[in-house]
Amino acid sequence: MTNSLDAYLVLSALLFAIGTFGFLARRNAISMLMSIELMINAVNLSIVAFGAFIPQLKDQGAVIALIVIAAAAAEATVGLALVIAIYRNRRTPLVDEYAAMRE
Amino acid sequence: MALSDTVPIVGASWDDVLFVLFAAILLGSGLLVVTMRDLIRCGVALIVCFAALAGIYVLIGAPLVGAAEVLVYIGAITVLILFAIMLTQSKAAPVRLVFQTQAVPAAIASVILAIVLALAVSATDWSALAARVAAATNDVAKVLFDRYVLQFEVVSVLLLAAVIGGVFLARRDEGGSGS
Repeated sequence: MTNSLDAYLVLSALLFAIGTFGFLARRNAISMLMSIELMINAVNLSIVAFGAFIPQLKDQGAVIALIVIAAAAAEATVGLALVIAIYRNRRTPLVDEYAAMRE
Repeated sequence: MALSDTVPIVGASWDDVLFVLFAAILLGSGLLVVTMRDLIRCGVALIVCFAALAGIYVLIGAPLVGAAEVLVYIGAITVLILFAIMLTQSKAAPVRLVFQTQAVPAAIASVILAIVLALAVSATDWSALAARVAAATNDVAKVLFDRYVLQFEVVSVLLLAAVIGGVFLARRDEGGSGS
């Protein structure tokens, strides 16, 4: 089982679907950010799996995964700063109460 | 005394057993992250999820990525998320609803997405190009600082910009109505 690329890709697909559900369904902005982290990790898992199983991508999979991790760190920093800034203004972290542009 | 090649009772190889174990922990804690009511517990489940993922990276032959996962995700990003949770949750008004009203369509959509992705993966024949190769840290460093050096520098500038942007966004207005 561990010698087939399919197992890792299916695992990555399931993790991505879990993250998608959390992003679409949660009300809290920080929960949505956590779901985005889950999705980024699912994609990273598939990148590392491709790098580990396809000889032409040897070493490059790990390099791309490291770059994705750094970009995800930048995304988390800015995203959480945005959530805190909106929370200062609106006094709530719930995204369905950010309705100022709808009224 | 050396370990035997297969797990004594189950009869499968150690790699397979570890993979199933890590995958179960990963998916289980991932589900807990998106369904639990208490956000702090969601953050702790996220730590468990990333730890299982780091285990899978080591299993797949990319220990450097596993180490980076532990350092960056568990050490930095999750701690940042936990701090943000503590800054934005008020104990006075507990949240009544965890999910939005569109939770059921979201669940249906993500199940369909999982099925489509799994079908796409299993419909492709990977056996022609799939051969297990392990990435040595030395070779990874050579590729990173030779062929991908431009991307490396771009990412370092991106991180600097994110740090400055994060500080700017989260800063209180001086003399404003910050509480």
